Order: sequence, then C-alpha cells, then structure tokens
Amino acid sequence: MTSTYLPDKRTGPDIELPPPAVGAARGRTRRRLLHWVTAMGFQVPALVLFIGLVLLPMLFALYAAFFRWGGFGMPSDYVGVDNFTRLFDDPVFLGDLWRCLVLVVLSLALQLPFALAMAVLLNQRIRGRAVYRMLFFAPYILSEAITGVLFSMIFAPDDGLADHVLGSVGLGGLGGTWFADPSTVMATLFLVMMWKYFGFHMMLYLAGLQSIPAELTEAALIDGASAWQRFRNVTLPLLAPTLRISAFLSVIGSIQLFDLVWVITQGGPDHHSETMAVTMFQFGFKRYQVGYASAVSVVMFGISLVFALAYQRFVLRRDLEGATTTMRGGGK
Amino acid sequence: MTLTQKAPARTAPTRTAPGRRQRGRTLPVHVVLVIVGAVMAVPLLYAVLSGFKSTDQLSRNPIGLPDPWVTSNYTGILGSGSFWQLVGSSALIAIGTTVLVVAASALAAFSFARFAFRGREFLFTLFTMGLMFPFAVAALPLFLLLRSLGLLDNPLGVILPQAAFGLPMTIIILRGFFREIPGELEEAATLDGCSPFGFFWRILLPMARPALGTVSVLAVIASWNNFLLPLLVFTDSTWWTIPIGVQQFQGQYSAEYAKVFAYLVLAMVPALAFYSVAERQLVGGLAAGATKG
Repeated sequence: MTSTYLPDKRTGPDIELPPPAVGAARGRTRRRLLHWVTAMGFQVPALVLFIGLVLLPMLFALYAAFFRWGGFGMPSDYVGVDNFTRLFDDPVFLGDLWRCLVLVVLSLALQLPFALAMAVLLNQRIRGRAVYRMLFFAPYILSEAITGVLFSMIFAPDDGLADHVLGSVGLGGLGGTWFADPSTVMATLFLVMMWKYFGFHMMLYLAGLQSIPAELTEAALIDGASAWQRFRNVTLPLLAPTLRISAFLSVIGSIQLFDLVWVITQGGPDHHSETMAVTMFQFGFKRYQVGYASAVSVVMFGISLVFALAYQRFVLRRDLEGATTTMRGGGK
Repeated sequence: MTLTQKAPARTAPTRTAPGRRQRGRTLPVHVVLVIVGAVMAVPLLYAVLSGFKSTDQLSRNPIGLPDPWVTSNYTGILGSGSFWQLVGSSALIAIGTTVLVVAASALAAFSFARFAFRGREFLFTLFTMGLMFPFAVAALPLFLLLRSLGLLDNPLGVILPQAAFGLPMTIIILRGFFREIPGELEEAATLDGCSPFGFFWRILLPMARPALGTVSVLAVIASWNNFLLPLLVFTDSTWWTIPIGVQQFQGQYSAEYAKVFAYLVLAMVPALAFYSVAERQLVGGLAAGATKG
C-alpha cells in the first residue's frame, strides 16, 4: 500500500507535531474526520448508483419473494415461504436446476479444456496465429441477440445451413431437429455457447501462458521432460490461477444464462431449454406473478452466492483480489 | 485435441534439429486450426453470402456463391432510417453508460487505492460482491423502480442501471492500476500544494489513460450487447438498440431469410469494427484480469 493520505502517525506532518496536548489531540480528531469525509466523498457517486440500482432492487426482490403479488402497488398479500415451496414442486424449475447443472458440467468438461488446447496451440510461434486468435475471439464480441438469431437460422430444421452441410456429406439423417426437439435442444444450445464463448476463455489462457517465463519450460526441457510432462508439471500449475478464474466465470455465466436462450427458443420446446432466468422472466413479465418470479430470482442469487463464497473460500483463496476483470456476464 | 498436438513432439525434443522438429510438429497443429477456424468462420461467411441472395435463391442454392449477387437486401436496410436509428441509440446509450461508469468508478477506485479510511475494506467487499449479482435477479424490482421513476422509454432507464452494474468490475480494475502509481509522485504533488482531487484530476487520470481505455472498451461492449435491460425498458421502438432491433426484425421478416441475414451482418459490423480498433485495450484488460494474483 502506498497511501499518502494516511491519517496516522507515520505520515510527515504528524511527526513534526509537538508532544500531544489536549488541543493537538482535538486537532487530530478533526483532521481524521476531514480525511474520512474526503475519502468518502470520492465514493459518493459510485455508492449512490450502486445502492440505488443494485443493492436496493436485490433486497426488494428478497422481500417480494414472500408475497403473492402482481407487480402493481406495494406487495401486501403475505404468503410466507409458499412461493419457495411451490418452486421446488414445480417440474419446470427443477428442470431449470438440472439443465443448469448440465451446462456447468459440459462447460467445465468440454469447453474449457478445448479452450485450453487452442490456447496452447496458439501460444506457439505459428503461421497465422494472430488471425486465428482474432477469429476465435470474434464471436465473443457479438451480442447474444445476433448470435442467437444467426444460429436459429443455421439450425433451422431442413433448410438451415447445418442440415444442408450434413446432407451434402451424406449424414442427412443426423440433422433435422436441433432446437426443435426436446432431446436435441440442449446439445445444440451448448454448441452455440461453445462457438460464442470458448474464444473468451482461450484469450484468458493465452494471457496466462504468456506470463509464464520461458526459462521454466526450457529448464524442464533441458532436464529431459517430455512435452506432456512440461505441460502437466510446469505450465498447468503456473496457469492455475487463470484456470480457476475462468472456471468461476463459466459457472456463474451458466447459472445466469438468459439472452441466448430467450432469443433462440424462449425456453422451448415445452420448457426443455428453459433456464432459471427465463423462468423468472416468464413469470415476472409475461404472467405478472411477480412474487413467484422474485422467488426464482432469490434462488438464483442464492445459488450464485453460495457457489461464489464456497469457491472463494476453497478454491480461489487469495488470488481473486483484483483478478475478476472481465465483461459483465462474461464467459458463459 | 491435445493428443494430435503432443504426439509428434513426444519423441522429438532432444534428438531432432530444431528446424525439422518445428515442421514435423506444426503440420497437425495447422490441420486442427484450419478445421476449428472453418467452424468458427463458416456461420459468419454463410450469413454474409446469404445476404447477397434473394430468399428464393437461398432456398434453391443454400451453400454456393450467390448468382446473381443481389445487393438490394443490404442497400434496402442501409437506406432505411430505422437501422440508423438503432445504431444511433445504441451508440448514445453506450457512450452515456461508459462516461458515467468510468467517472464514478475512477473516483471510487482512487479513494480505495490511495486513502486509508474506516470502512474501506467493507465498502470494497460490497462492490466486489456486486460481481456475483446476476442482473437477472435485480431485473424485476429494477423494472418496477424505473417505472415508478418514469424512466421507461427513456435512455437513462438503460444507462443508469448499466452503469451501476458495471461499477464492481471497473472499480476493481482501476484500483489495481491506481495502486501501481508510485506514492512519491503523490507526496511531491501534495508538497506542491495539490489537493487530493487536484492530484486525481491533473496527475493520476492522465497517467492512467491506458487503464481508462481498457475499462471504457469493456463498458462500451457490455452496453452495446446488452439485451435484457433494453428489452424491459423500451416498450416502443424509439430507443430500441441493435440487439432488440435484430430480434424484432427476425420476428417481422421471419419468412424472408435472406433479408434477415443481411440485417444480421450489418448489425455485426459496428461491434467487429470496434473490436478491430480496440483489440489492444480489450485483450489487455482480459490479460490484466487473468494473470494478476
């Protein structure tokens, strides 16, 4: 810490002060207060925004979750935990939880390892790597709405690009349903998520890889370590902080997934691609069961929070500080 | 994936000359990259080409090059005012959000990085917790709040919440950068009679220009692509942003595939153009995040 406006004894002016007299002590108190007011003054704009538009709405959602409420006037019909018990009896919501778990597992087991493999490939001096890097990352820049519309057309049954391509290589039998069939919708959705988000994780890994000093892998090379051994025992442990951050962002993103699903399927067919956020939206903005929708929000927040705290406690330990610098909703 | 890349190298390192090793190793790597690159690029190229076809032609000739090249899809959209209106409101909202979130965050980050004061750790934890608050959780009450403030169908109704939700990340990045600026500089400025705000405004901010660039780029992209908030706030089309416009356009012209593809492509152009200009800041921001700690 290189704070200069420290109020305590260590800074310049205080050292020159005469031995403490009553007046001096009072002066110091006043100066401390002034110091505190100055420091807090800089916080005011951010605090006003954050409290007014983030914290209070969150707390209000928590409050509203205990009412039966249509969203007009103040909630008055207190129902206790009814919304929550109803929630955990609702097959759609239980399905949301299951689908969330599926996406988390698929992301961790397929998307992130794939991103890591690509990062390792593109970390070598190889022709065209700048182009590949840009190409792999580009989908991350596109909005979910654009991506969603694009892929809903590419995976259109029978006359989308995907079916034409499969048909032309003689695999026509494989296509046809994509987003339209309950049994294939989640897999197709995951393909789209992978297309859109793996480049983001790859970029994180590339940045991490580039911060690993070349001397370390070279030393291992001289010691006769194979490529796999160098990767497994030198690169991977040094990349661990980056991997942990990326896994964290990926899980949080899966829990909160909304845009892509809403644009492509609106949760269909028959709720088979619905996520918690989509359920919340359906009840809150389409059916005006705001209390119930708030309960969905609260559970979603609870899951994010428990996960984040547990992760921070057991996995991230100290390397979270200053490290989660990505775009909001990054890396789903 | 990893296997294709590693297998040839496993026996190589100690025995072969560097040149041969490189070549033997890069061929499978290139094959993999070309395949993945194709999967990434084909959806985008397909959209561009399909935009140059008529919908009739698209159903007859889905994969090949357009014949003839039809430009009316693109020119029709570019000639209509509604597309430019979307671009305009997306830009206005992105700029408003960015200015607000960067200004408020820079002040707060300065205080976090350079002052020791009671409650600092608590406040900072509060902001970092904000990283975990899914926007979807606050969406309902936020909507009700904006409605009661009369901010629906008003760009401020999107700008203010976006800025508020962007604060945690922006503050964390800027705080990191501000802490790295040497304390001697600040002492010198203070001795020369510079107030804390004077130091912040005249010395710290100009020095932190790269960091400000990074967070601004991140904020612009997040705002540009935001979907849920404008979807809630803008009930009529006056202030629709590009993501909303795209979704509406598809709904409206669902039978005219070629038109929708052209629309998608044009909607992608600003984001991709911005990316190519601001790649350095963007990737720098990700790098700063990924490697710290």
